Amino acid sequence: MPDGPRPQRSFHLHKFHGGLHLEDHKQESTARPLQTASLPGQLVLRLKQHIGEPNDPLVAVGDRVLRGQKIADTPERVAAPIHAPTSGIVIAIEDRPVAHPSGKSDRCIVIEPDGQDEAIEFRPVDVGSADRNTLLKHIREAGIVGLGGAVFPTSAKAETAAAHPIETLIVNGAECEPWITCDDILMRDRPEAVISGIRHLQRILEPGETLIGIEDNKPEAIAAMQRALDDAALDNTRLIPVPTIYPSGGEKQLIKILTGHEVRSRHLAFEIGLLCQNVGTCAAIGDALDRGEPLTHRIVTVTGTGLREPGNWWAPIGTPFAHLVDLAGGFVVERPEPIMGGPMMGFEVRLDAATVKASNCLLILNRDHRPEERECVRCGRCTDVCPAQLLPQQLYWYSRARQFDKAEEYHLFDCIECGCCAAVCPSHLPLVQLYRYAKSEIREQRRKAWKSDRARQRHEFREARIARQKAEEEERRRKKREALAKKKAAEGGKKPAKTDAADAVQAALERVKARKAAQQNTPKNTDNLTPAQQKQIDEAEARRRQKSTEGDS
Amino acid sequence: MSHLYSPFITPSATTNRMMLNVVIALIPGTLAYAWYFGPGVLINVAFASLLAIAIEAVVLWLRQRPLKPYLGDYSALVTAWLFALSIPMHSPWWLIATGIGFAMIAGKHLYGGLGFNPFNPAMVGFVVVLIAFPKEMTTYFPPNELATQTLGLVDSLRYLLGLADTAQWDALTSATPLDHYKTSLGMDLTISEIRQSPLFGDFGGVGWEWIANWWFVGGLFLLATRTIRWHIPVATILSLAAIATIFWLIDPDSTASPAFHVFSGGLMLGAFFIATDPVTAATTPKGRLVYGALIGLLIYIIRSWGSFPDGVAFAVLLANMATPLIDYYTQPRVYGEVKDDET
Repeated sequence: MPDGPRPQRSFHLHKFHGGLHLEDHKQESTARPLQTASLPGQLVLRLKQHIGEPNDPLVAVGDRVLRGQKIADTPERVAAPIHAPTSGIVIAIEDRPVAHPSGKSDRCIVIEPDGQDEAIEFRPVDVGSADRNTLLKHIREAGIVGLGGAVFPTSAKAETAAAHPIETLIVNGAECEPWITCDDILMRDRPEAVISGIRHLQRILEPGETLIGIEDNKPEAIAAMQRALDDAALDNTRLIPVPTIYPSGGEKQLIKILTGHEVRSRHLAFEIGLLCQNVGTCAAIGDALDRGEPLTHRIVTVTGTGLREPGNWWAPIGTPFAHLVDLAGGFVVERPEPIMGGPMMGFEVRLDAATVKASNCLLILNRDHRPEERECVRCGRCTDVCPAQLLPQQLYWYSRARQFDKAEEYHLFDCIECGCCAAVCPSHLPLVQLYRYAKSEIREQRRKAWKSDRARQRHEFREARIARQKAEEEERRRKKREALAKKKAAEGGKKPAKTDAADAVQAALERVKARKAAQQNTPKNTDNLTPAQQKQIDEAEARRRQKSTEGDS
Repeated sequence: MSHLYSPFITPSATTNRMMLNVVIALIPGTLAYAWYFGPGVLINVAFASLLAIAIEAVVLWLRQRPLKPYLGDYSALVTAWLFALSIPMHSPWWLIATGIGFAMIAGKHLYGGLGFNPFNPAMVGFVVVLIAFPKEMTTYFPPNELATQTLGLVDSLRYLLGLADTAQWDALTSATPLDHYKTSLGMDLTISEIRQSPLFGDFGGVGWEWIANWWFVGGLFLLATRTIRWHIPVATILSLAAIATIFWLIDPDSTASPAFHVFSGGLMLGAFFIATDPVTAATTPKGRLVYGALIGLLIYIIRSWGSFPDGVAFAVLLANMATPLIDYYTQPRVYGEVKDDET
């Protein structure tokens, strides 16, 4: 490949600890070109497809929606709206099974496509003249979230990061999990969209340099991206093929490989001047700004030993998994095991659940007999492969014994749940599962501790307030008593005080009497009367007086 | 539907397979042992193995555990085999029964079984019989090429069952090279004088040094199959060799050479098969090196200044005790961890 006009300095790659060389199983789904998925009978769009605040529906059952129309949103900042992927009728807004490890149900908007695929008018953004905030606003409005799996709202991430000086923008095209090829296919088929998204991100973040990391098992994607990059002639932007070793596509691992830096425990990448974005996210940004199209479709890899014709599909978000299975020619195994994501970090899903923005892959494996769990013999293979350089067997021990404080001491929360330890464990222990359990238990304990702390604080505040009020009341009374006592003492000093007091009472009584009399004798609205009116009143008054004297007798 | 969790990749390795690898790796050394010293060791191994499996079955039954998965894990076999290789080549049945009983019951199951025992069970059993039966435990026979009369299969069986007139064979027994070396040094003999004894070969004892070579070959198999990692055997051997070299250079006349130390006694077997028992060894990468080095150091100390000719068993047990401490102080730096973190 000819070098660009800029002299290419040699690039030094770093290594992260451990990792696994896995059978990559990429060719199963890359053998066929990208296909466009047919519309399913129903599109089931989960209201919340991101990390952050929940969305509210903006449509009602029975409404007709158009492609690209926003159908759910929230005013909150850390959120991403949902758009209709095609035109059709909203037939339900209800709980449906969703793609979630627990197999739970959640609020979904169900659209029955009408086949017209009628779209709203998309307005491309004039990126050249738009300022940073305008671009961020458009990214948010397009419903873009991190498509590498984290589904954190991209606008919020970029906005927070833009407040820091970003030295390096890292574009993650590693796609290290076996079987998954959606990013590979995206980079082969639409590299210009990815590069365009990178250009927009560069405008927002103004990074010193941009590094695009792609695992070296994707030569076609690397070549296509390099061509697009050369055509676009982006400044200080380099494509770096990285060695194929799982989990090189983990954010922390890719940062280590490309920069040698480590993101500090419990810190975020932008704090050391780095920002990572997945290539899929970049393409979505490109589409959102260049064409004005919101995120309604994505490439989904539908693959695995259990399918007849694996491949990649450009599919509307909200496509039920069962429909994808049909597209891939149906099952060829007795006991299909549907997994969303890859074999290392994916989770089992129900086939009646539908894709979300995070759905990079539907993997169908045969449900093999799982070997029996044995006791840990401390062989240490997990330690050798852990990319976070943890001691998984110690974490296992403490998590199992519910010694969560010890598990935290052994850096449980630095575990990225990549699954390397469990993939080599000769005792077949469900290590990642156990760490997830320990993490959730610790979070629950913290939440409870926080709640009880707050309750205790409230109680203490209340007690303190009551005590303070009591004390103040007591003080007030004491002062009053003291004042009274002083007064008494002062009065005790001169004798005639008593007559004075009696006079005062007498005077007060007289004042009251006078006022009463005045009230009785001067009715209201009796000023400025005509002589006739005055006469009438006088007569009435006379009658009343007479009557009252009669009554008295 | 059972709920499944990631990863959906089944590891190819199993603990059973790892244990079986250990057994396989013991075969060449064991055959060499039988070649140089007669079939007694095979009888010991067979008897100890049967007994260990029987005891395991009974204890599992008492503990109300399923028999099949635990009996099939080869761990009892490994314990029995290592114990049988550590005791004299001709030992009475009750000595083996005592050792295996302690190994399996006190050393393993009282702690909760495989994975929970802090001490190497085979070494627990070995140390118990070493202290309880000093006479039987020092009754060794010379290698065939030095022996006037060797014990065949029948004689060996009779010895095991206590049917033999042991007095008849007392004349045949001989000290082990390490034992001979120790007593001779006590008599103020120089190394060159001691090495005049026909017991000594090129590095260690006649026969023994070749068995050690075969343990080494077995160890290479364990490394190749990734059943063990290199840290512990390398650290053990290097540490013992280094310390022995220092003292040998200071006083070559009354100190055994590093080669003698490495090729004698239980060192090779200990370094590759006993110290590497993952359950009882240190498990952090740095910790494995510290643990191995500690064993090498302790072996030298016990051999040189202790009352026992060899010290592998005691060294391993003492290092087992230090394992939690070693693991605690050798934790690797976690990704993103900043030492002296103020937060």
